[in-house]
Amino acid sequence: MSGQDAATATSTTTVTFTTTTAAGGAAGTPGAAPGPGAEQAAPAVPRGIGASVPAADARAKTEGTFPYAADLWAEGLLWAAVLRSPHAHARILSVDTSAAERMPGVRAVVTHADVPGATTHGRRIADRPVFAHDVVRHHGEPIAAVAADHPDTARLAAAAITVEYELLEAVTDPEQAFAAPPLHPDGNLIRHIPLRYGDPEATGEVVVEGLYRIGRQDPAPIGAEAGLAVPRPDGGVEIYTASTDPHLDRDLAAACFGLEPDRVRIVVTGVPGATADREDAAFQLPLGLLALRTGCPVKLAATREESFLGHTHRHPTLLRYRHHADAEGRLVKVEAQILMDAGAYADSSAESLAAAVAFACGPYVVPHAFVEGWAVRTNNPPSGHVRGEGAMQVCAAYEGQMDKLAAALGMDGAELRLRNVLATGDLLPTGQTVTCPAPVAELLRAVRDSELPPLPKDTPEEEWLLPGGPEGAGEPGAVRRGVGYGVGMVHMLGAEGTDEVSTATVKVVDGAATVICAAVDTGQGFATLARQIVQEVLGVEEVATAPVDTDQPPAGPAAHGRHTWVSGGAVERAAKMVRTQLLQPMAHKLGMSTELLQVKDGRITSYDGAFSTTVAEAMAGKELWATAQCRPHPTEPLDGDGQGDAFVGLAFCAIRAVVDVDIELGTVRVVELAVAQDVGCVLNPRQLEARIEAGVTQGVGAALTENLRSVGGLVRHPDLTGYALPTSLDAPTVRIVKLVEERDVVAPFGAKAASAVPVVTTPAAVASAVRAATGRPVNRLPIRPSAAVAAANS
Amino acid sequence: MMLPASLDEAVAALAAMPAAVPVAGGTDLMAAVNAGLLRPAGLVSLGRINEIRGWQYQEDGHALLGAGLTHARMGRPDFAALMPALAAAARAAGPPQIRNAGTLGGNIAGAAPTGDTLPVLAALEAALVVVGPDGSREIPVSYLLAGREMLRPGELIGFVRVPLLHAPQVFLKATGRTGPGRAVASVGLVLDPARRGVRIAVGAVAPMPLRPLDAEQWVASLIDWDGERQLAPEALEAFGDYVAAACVPDQGEPVAPGVLHLRRTVAVLARRALGRALTS
Repeated sequence: MSGQDAATATSTTTVTFTTTTAAGGAAGTPGAAPGPGAEQAAPAVPRGIGASVPAADARAKTEGTFPYAADLWAEGLLWAAVLRSPHAHARILSVDTSAAERMPGVRAVVTHADVPGATTHGRRIADRPVFAHDVVRHHGEPIAAVAADHPDTARLAAAAITVEYELLEAVTDPEQAFAAPPLHPDGNLIRHIPLRYGDPEATGEVVVEGLYRIGRQDPAPIGAEAGLAVPRPDGGVEIYTASTDPHLDRDLAAACFGLEPDRVRIVVTGVPGATADREDAAFQLPLGLLALRTGCPVKLAATREESFLGHTHRHPTLLRYRHHADAEGRLVKVEAQILMDAGAYADSSAESLAAAVAFACGPYVVPHAFVEGWAVRTNNPPSGHVRGEGAMQVCAAYEGQMDKLAAALGMDGAELRLRNVLATGDLLPTGQTVTCPAPVAELLRAVRDSELPPLPKDTPEEEWLLPGGPEGAGEPGAVRRGVGYGVGMVHMLGAEGTDEVSTATVKVVDGAATVICAAVDTGQGFATLARQIVQEVLGVEEVATAPVDTDQPPAGPAAHGRHTWVSGGAVERAAKMVRTQLLQPMAHKLGMSTELLQVKDGRITSYDGAFSTTVAEAMAGKELWATAQCRPHPTEPLDGDGQGDAFVGLAFCAIRAVVDVDIELGTVRVVELAVAQDVGCVLNPRQLEARIEAGVTQGVGAALTENLRSVGGLVRHPDLTGYALPTSLDAPTVRIVKLVEERDVVAPFGAKAASAVPVVTTPAAVASAVRAATGRPVNRLPIRPSAAVAAANS
Repeated sequence: MMLPASLDEAVAALAAMPAAVPVAGGTDLMAAVNAGLLRPAGLVSLGRINEIRGWQYQEDGHALLGAGLTHARMGRPDFAALMPALAAAARAAGPPQIRNAGTLGGNIAGAAPTGDTLPVLAALEAALVVVGPDGSREIPVSYLLAGREMLRPGELIGFVRVPLLHAPQVFLKATGRTGPGRAVASVGLVLDPARRGVRIAVGAVAPMPLRPLDAEQWVASLIDWDGERQLAPEALEAFGDYVAAACVPDQGEPVAPGVLHLRRTVAVLARRALGRALTS
C-alpha cells in the first residue's frame, strides 16, 4: 500500500510526480513528502490507459524494504550450496560425498543419484542433467548440492566433495563444433535453418562483404538468483523465487522431483531485474530436492560468481554477409551465414536462431535472400533467451553492411537505408507479409532530421565530458565526433507455432478491483499496465494485482513483450466481462443495451445523459468475478526453405547515435542517442520512456563494454569489476524524438511492446557512429579500444 | 574486531593477535570476505586512529601523509595544490563510495597492479614510514612494491613521506570507458626543477609501477629548465614511444595485437602527460 501512498502524495504537482517515477524514488524529496493535505488530492491521480500511472511497488523497492527472495526467511531453515564444475569439459570418474556428509551441521548431500524423477530438464528441450554425472559440459555445471545449518558450512561441505575428473578437450570454437565428436547424445547441431527466397543467380552491380563477431552479453541482473524451498505437509514443495515463467519452472521441477505438477508450487517473489529468463534451474531444482529430503525449508542466495556461471547468456555469433545492390543503392540480394554458439545445452537456441535467420536482412525490402543459420553446441557458457536475442546480433551485421554499401556507392547512410525500408504490405524473406504497421521510413526520417547535439564549444574546457571520463586522459585535439544510424526490428510473442495464451481474472469487491494473473512483472511494468486497464474499463480507482503463484492459471513466460499483449488482452477481456455484469441490471432497468451506457471518470452515464450514477454506488455491496483468455492468431514453423508465417507481430526502431572517439586511445563516449520507435499506442508515457532508456542502455553495454570472456570454456572474471556494465557516466543522453502511434489492430489497445527493439538497434547505431568517427571497419561487438584507434588525418 | 585509537595500540593489538588482519577502508578486504575467499581470525580496525587520518608539512620540504587518508580527502583542492598528481589519481580511483572509504595505505598494502596512486608515489619517490613492534623504519615505496623489502609480521604502514616539488605533476589513466573503471594503463609524471629531473612511472602494465629511467634522463636533458620548458611535438612523441618501448616489451615475434595496443596507449599517455606538465 505504500506505493499507493506515494502515488497520492506525489500527484499534487505533475512535476514532482514525473520525477518520482523517473528516478524511481523521489519519495525523500521535500515536495513528495506525504501529508494529510496531499492524501485528499485524489482526482489528480493519473489513472487509466495513456496516463503515467506509477508502479505500486516503486516506493518499497527504492526504499529497500521490498522483500526479494534473498530476504526471505523461514523458521528452522537450512542453507544450500551447489558444487559446480571447475572444468569446461571433463568426464566424471567418481563423486565422493562421504567427507561432506560427515561434517557437523550438514543435513543432506544430493547428487544425480538422488533425483527421483526425470534426470534431465530444459526450457524447451530436456537435454540438461539436473546434476552432471558422466560428463560435465560447461564451466559451472552443477554436480552436487548440500544443505547445512549455516551458509559457510554448506559452502565448505560442497568444497569437501571429492570429484575425480578426466579432462577432455573443450570445444570452444563454434566453427569446430561441426567436426568435433558429439558433446552430447543429441549431437552438436542444435538447429540448422536454410532460408531460400528468390533467385539464387541474381546479382547486383555493387557487392560488399563483411564478417562480424558479436560477444557474449550477460543479462547481469542486479539482484542475483535466490530462492527458498519449503516442504509441504502433503509431500509436495513450495519454491519462493523470482521466476519469470513460473508454470514452466513448476513443470520442470515436478518432473525432476517425480511429483504431480499440482504438488509443486512456485511462488513468485519480486523480480530484481530480468532482461532474460530467470531463474537458474541449476539451483532451483537442488533447492527443492534438498527441502524434500530434509523436510526443512532450504534457502540459497547465489554469489555474483555463481550468478554469472549459472544463468544463460546472449549467443555469441559469427556472421558472414554479402550484400548486392544496384547502382542506385537498392538492395538486390543478401547472402548470409549465421553461426550461433549455443553453449552446452539447447535451451531456447532454436528460437533465437529462427529470429536471427528471419531478420537477417533487417527491415529492408530484399527481393532475393539466401541465409543459412546454425546453432551449435560447444563447451562454452550456456546461451539462452536474452531480450532481442537473434535480432540484435544480425542487426549489428546488416547495419554494418548498409554502412559498407553506402561507402561503396558514395551515398549518405541514412539515404541508402531510406531507399530500401520495409513498409506494411511488403514481404519478409520468410515469405510472410508484414501486416502490422511498419513505419520504418517515418522513424528513420525522424531521427535523421532531428537536431544534432551541440559541440561543447561554449562551455569551459574543464567541463567537457570527454571519452575516458572525468579525470580521464581525454584530449580535445584527439577527439573525433561521428554520427551513425541503426534501424532494427524484433518480433513480439513466441514464434513458429508456439501456443500463445494467457488467462486473467478480474475481481471487484465493493468497488475495489483485483487482477489475478500469473504474468510476472519483471520490470516491464505489467502489474501497472493491468491496473491501468481495469481502471480504464471499469472506471474504478483502486486496483491491486495479486501476487503470482502457480495455483493460478498459466500466463506463460515474461518474454518477447508477451504480457503487454496476451496478458494485457486477457485482463481487458475479463474487465469487460465484469463491466457487462455490472451494467446489465442497470441497462435492463432502463430498457437499453449495455453498449449505450458509458463508464468514464468514475461515473456511469447513459448515451442520452438521462441516467447517471457513480461507479462506486453501482458496485456497492457487489462482488463480481470474471476470467478470460487471450490467444492471438496462430503462427507456423519455418519450413525447409526458411519460409512461413512464423511471427505474430513486429516492432521497429530507428536510432541515430552521436559518439566522441579519442582516436589515439580508442576510447568511445556515446554522446547522444536519438530514438524513434514504433509503439502502436502509448499506454503509460513515463513507463515507456523508462523502458526505452533501459533498453538503449543495455544496448550501449553490448556495444562498448559487456562481454563475458571465456578462455578454453572457462569464464574469466565472473564479477562486476571484470564485466563492465554501463554506469551513469557511460549511459548517453537518450532523446526520444518520435513515438509513432499507428495502432496494430490485432493487438490489445493497438500497442506494441517496447523493451526489446532498442536493445536490438542501439549496438548497430553506436558501431555505425564509431565507423563514421574513425573510418575503421568496426565489425566486432563490443567495440574494443584497439578497434577504434585511427590515424589523425583520416 | 579491535578498535585501537593510536598506532602504538594498533601495533600492540597485532602483536597480541598475530593472525588478525588490519583493515582500514575495507574496499578490497571486505569484498574478499564477502566472497568467502577470506575468513580473518580477527580484524584490527585502523579507522579510529586519528594520527594517520590527516597530513602535515615537514620542515625538510616533505609532506607526511597518514596512511588512513581517504581518496576523497586526497582529491580535495588544498591537497591538490601541493600534490596535484596524487590528488588526480585519488579522484580517478573509482566511484564516490569507494573513494570515501578506500585509503592511501590500503592502496599501497593491497599493491594491486591497477592501484591508481601507486605510479604517482613511484614517480614522486615517496617513502613509507612503517611502524612495528621494534619501532619505526622508512622504506622507499618502490622497494615495497617490487618486493625488495617486505612488511614484517606485526608491521603497519603508518605514513607516506612525499617530497613537495612545487612543479606541475600529471596523472593520466586509460580505462576504455567513460565511467569509473580499472586502469588498462596509467602514468604518474612529475617535474622536479630543483634536480632538473622528469620522473614518470607507468602503472597497470606490470605487477608494479615501472620507471623508464633512460627515457626520463633523455627528456630531462632536452628541457630548458631555466627558460620556457617547452618541447617540440616531435620530442614529446619520441618520449612517449621511448617510455612505451621500455615498459611494454616485445613478447616474441610477431608482436600480439594486444601488446601493440597497450604500447600505443602507454605512448599516448606518456606524451600527453609530459605535454600537460610542460604547458601548465
